[in-house]
Amino acid sequence: MKHRTFIWFFMPTAAAMLLFIAFPIVSVVTQSFFTPHEAVLIEVENCGPFGCTTETSIDQEATQAIRDAAPLGRFVGFDIYSDRGHLAFGELSDAWRSSADFGGFVDRVMNLPFYGALAFTLTYTFICTPFLIALGFAIAVAVNSLHRRLKGLMIFFSLLPMIVTPLIGALVLSWMVDSRGILGNFLSWLVSDPDLSVKASTPLMWICLIVYGIWSSAPFAFVVFYAGLQTVPQDTLESAQIDGATRWQQIRFVIIPHLAPLVTFVALIQLMDNFRVLEPILGFQAQAHAQSLSTFILSDLSGETRQLSSAATTSVLTIIGIAILLTPVLIRTWRDFNAKSH
Amino acid sequence: MFLKKFAAVSAVALMGTTAMAGGHAACPTEGRVSIVGNEFPAIQTVGAGAMACAGDSVEVSTNLTADHQTINVPGMQGNPAEYTSAIIANSSIVALMNEDVIRPLDDLVAEHGDGLQPNQLITINGQVMAVAFMANAQHLVYRADVLEEVGLEPPTTYEEMLAAAEAIRAAGIMENPVGGAYAAGWNLAQEFNNMFLGYGGSHFKPGTAEPNINNEAGVNALNMMKALSEYMNPDFLTHDSNATNAEYRAGNTALMNMWGSRAATLVTAEGVPQEVIDGFAIAGPMTVGGGDTPATTLWWDGFTVAKNISDEDAVATFKALKNAIDPSILTGDVPTQAVWLIDGYEPTEAAVGVFAAANAGSVPYPMLPFMGLMHTALGNELADFMQGNESAEQALADVEAAYTAAAREQGFLN
Repeated sequence: MKHRTFIWFFMPTAAAMLLFIAFPIVSVVTQSFFTPHEAVLIEVENCGPFGCTTETSIDQEATQAIRDAAPLGRFVGFDIYSDRGHLAFGELSDAWRSSADFGGFVDRVMNLPFYGALAFTLTYTFICTPFLIALGFAIAVAVNSLHRRLKGLMIFFSLLPMIVTPLIGALVLSWMVDSRGILGNFLSWLVSDPDLSVKASTPLMWICLIVYGIWSSAPFAFVVFYAGLQTVPQDTLESAQIDGATRWQQIRFVIIPHLAPLVTFVALIQLMDNFRVLEPILGFQAQAHAQSLSTFILSDLSGETRQLSSAATTSVLTIIGIAILLTPVLIRTWRDFNAKSH
Repeated sequence: MFLKKFAAVSAVALMGTTAMAGGHAACPTEGRVSIVGNEFPAIQTVGAGAMACAGDSVEVSTNLTADHQTINVPGMQGNPAEYTSAIIANSSIVALMNEDVIRPLDDLVAEHGDGLQPNQLITINGQVMAVAFMANAQHLVYRADVLEEVGLEPPTTYEEMLAAAEAIRAAGIMENPVGGAYAAGWNLAQEFNNMFLGYGGSHFKPGTAEPNINNEAGVNALNMMKALSEYMNPDFLTHDSNATNAEYRAGNTALMNMWGSRAATLVTAEGVPQEVIDGFAIAGPMTVGGGDTPATTLWWDGFTVAKNISDEDAVATFKALKNAIDPSILTGDVPTQAVWLIDGYEPTEAAVGVFAAANAGSVPYPMLPFMGLMHTALGNELADFMQGNESAEQALADVEAAYTAAAREQGFLN
């Protein structure tokens, strides 16, 4: 393709990416360096149905004058990044100095919201991703070997978890594992402990969230692998059969190597998705046991006082986190690409 | 008994709403009215009352949703504002004041406000900023039949509530007799606020935005909450008001601290067992730790008028909403929906809890610019203590640290 043609071809995409991806990120990064101005507080008398009280309020006129002078707010540099709600450098060094042993230090670090959330998010991401890839692959191989007439039906059922809205799916499962729900009762009967409650136990809640994560994302891996299976070269497969390869050996030495690039693709997308885990935590109302960077952003934006700078900072940290997570996969892809082109 | 009465009353309510639609004597003649607010029955009544004013040259729309808090500020910041009015409570008016999106109502009250009670006017620094139409508070909801069975009077203190819970469990009537909206987040923080104020605490050092919760009152409040949670469904950290009410309706709990605005509809749902309907009873809020102030907060709900709209729309909005809270709406089941602050309202049986709360000198929910940040910090940090992962002192220190970081960012602290 000529360069000129390519440029015209690519222009609409580039414009859309600039408008909908690049500019918002610039705006978010800018927001994370600025905070609202210091409020001018005054004592006022408030009266209502329950009588009068003297309370603190904001002097609107004075505050508005400061805002008009510098609409972006106060420039604070990396202050929000290092505060307790985010990277908490001060608290980290405090914890390091005052902890007797390493265990005590870890306890104190995990008590900080950002690191507690990171611990869950990374556990979730690194357990969900390989399991959902394996499960998706297993479903794809199983469905592919079915009779032609059954395939359509099975594909539909296998896709259901992805069709269900994540929040609704999580909510349904959450009701089922409730101590009054069918799965919750079954579990407590299984271990003969009438007081067993999934929602009261952090480890069980984490397991629940991870199982939900695998269940809801496996169909995505399934669809990709199923499509890949249709392109497996039949002659290679047949020659393997003639050589006496068992079914497992065919999968191990023909199908898996053929689908390897797709594994990278699914891993890439799922690492990105799982790092931003939000819906299951809300659906299961698991905020007491598990937080993620996304739930922090939501909580900052939906409180009675919106904390835009804090939400922006957490967003930037999420982007950085995803970038770090994806680097090994991207490097691998780049190497494969180079190896092929030589 | 209650069910029959409520069924009869709701039939009347349908007629009441139609009658109300006809009575638009004081409706505006022109302008745009657009209301955003919460969605419980009393506010739906007010929304419907304003909608009744819609006409050829009066455009009225309402957006009543549980997410009202996240959309009212952005929806009022534009010029002209999308929403000409937000229905808010004493906690949420602060966010609108902080962003300066609502206008003083003194001129509108003087010109069109005849018939409003003086105690309906919410004045801040001498200016009327909102018109309240109902009051709300959390108070005791209990099962009279269960307490009778164990031979106890309804508790007036949290210590008595613990004793009653133990008696009910010991008698084998219920395994988890105490209910409470203890869901991590807003609800848990609100229960802490109740208990903390009951122990005589004050969230901030006087006249400043500095936190003041890591003290004896804070520790006592947390320990009492922990003691109560021993008698709750083990999933209590996931139970909001809806889930707590469901537990009560199912006959699983006998004692709980619940919102007055929920009392009227608690046992009217379908499938509530007869003994729950018969045993349903409410009383005033409880005190704690020998204190005189009940461990609860007083709330009002009211309407505001947006700043960034034309005077014509402001007048239309004020008149439509004033019409919606006209004394003539108090027919059918409307009087049971809330403790109305409207002239001519006669308290119903559902209102005794809120009235008792107001008469016992309960504290109004603090109307401070930084209270929202404190509430969020409490909601995020207290769950660790409730699960037994850390000490009360540590949890309160975490709350203060989280609050301080947020308050610095928002410019309330240096």
